[in-house]
Amino acid sequence: MVLSAADKTNVKGVFSKIGGQADEYGADALERMFATYPATKTYFPHFDLGKGSAQVKGHGKKVAGALVEAVNHIDDLAGALSKLSDLHAQKLRVDPVNFKLLGQCFLVAVATRNPGLLTPEVHASLDKFLCAVGTVLTAKYR
Amino acid sequence: MVHWSAEEKQLITSVWAKVSVEECGAEALARLLIVYPWTQRFFSDFGNLSSPTAIIGNPKVRAHGKKVLTSFGEAIKNLDNLKGTYSRLSELHCDKLHVDPENFRLLGDILVIVLAAHFTKDFTPACQATWQKLVGLVAHALARKYH
Repeated sequence: MVLSAADKTNVKGVFSKIGGQADEYGADALERMFATYPATKTYFPHFDLGKGSAQVKGHGKKVAGALVEAVNHIDDLAGALSKLSDLHAQKLRVDPVNFKLLGQCFLVAVATRNPGLLTPEVHASLDKFLCAVGTVLTAKYR
Repeated sequence: MVHWSAEEKQLITSVWAKVSVEECGAEALARLLIVYPWTQRFFSDFGNLSSPTAIIGNPKVRAHGKKVLTSFGEAIKNLDNLKGTYSRLSELHCDKLHVDPENFRLLGDILVIVLAAHFTKDFTPACQATWQKLVGLVAHALARKYH
């Protein structure tokens, strides 16, 4: 699956509109993921996952930061996410299915916070982008 | 046997009461065809699906979206018997329509996003969790009679 020029424009547009609130979107997506897909909590036994958790907020900021970095280097996702790809393959080893789940929750976060932004075309592009990120992060698993 | 808490039932019925089945159904199906274009394979007789604009404006897409979501309404009236509610439709989707059940999961995820955009802040994590549970169970019920 390849990101077209239009996809890249759409994704950049989303993140420029989200701007400084990306961290909140990240935290929101994680909170939704833990609530909706409880099995995802198994990767965070060391976290307080209660409402308003500082650790979840902090991790949401990390996730959002990585997405922003990816968007800023959207022509070379593999390069931009190479270190994170190594980390997920060697240390974290998050099962690949979970990236789709977080992706769904990120889309829902965007939909609830900025519904006007998520036109069908942008929805398609953002979904593709999130899939591509997941693919890169799991590319070195085996 | 599926268990629904009182809170979950509340979250389902309160959201559903404010949903326009026609609008929501049309939007969900259109987005399915736009976001996952391979799903268009089931609708070769729907006419023009050549662009997002064409899909959104296509009257057959709107009509079918309404049909699909109306059926969802039946599920909501029969939360304790989704299997029975969807038994006939499950056979139909397998034997006549030949639809891969993965498509039900895709449509369910899209429906959740459509609801999220409609209800914004009111679509809390608990609300999303309940609705993802519902769409997952509907997809499961629709796949149950496959052979």
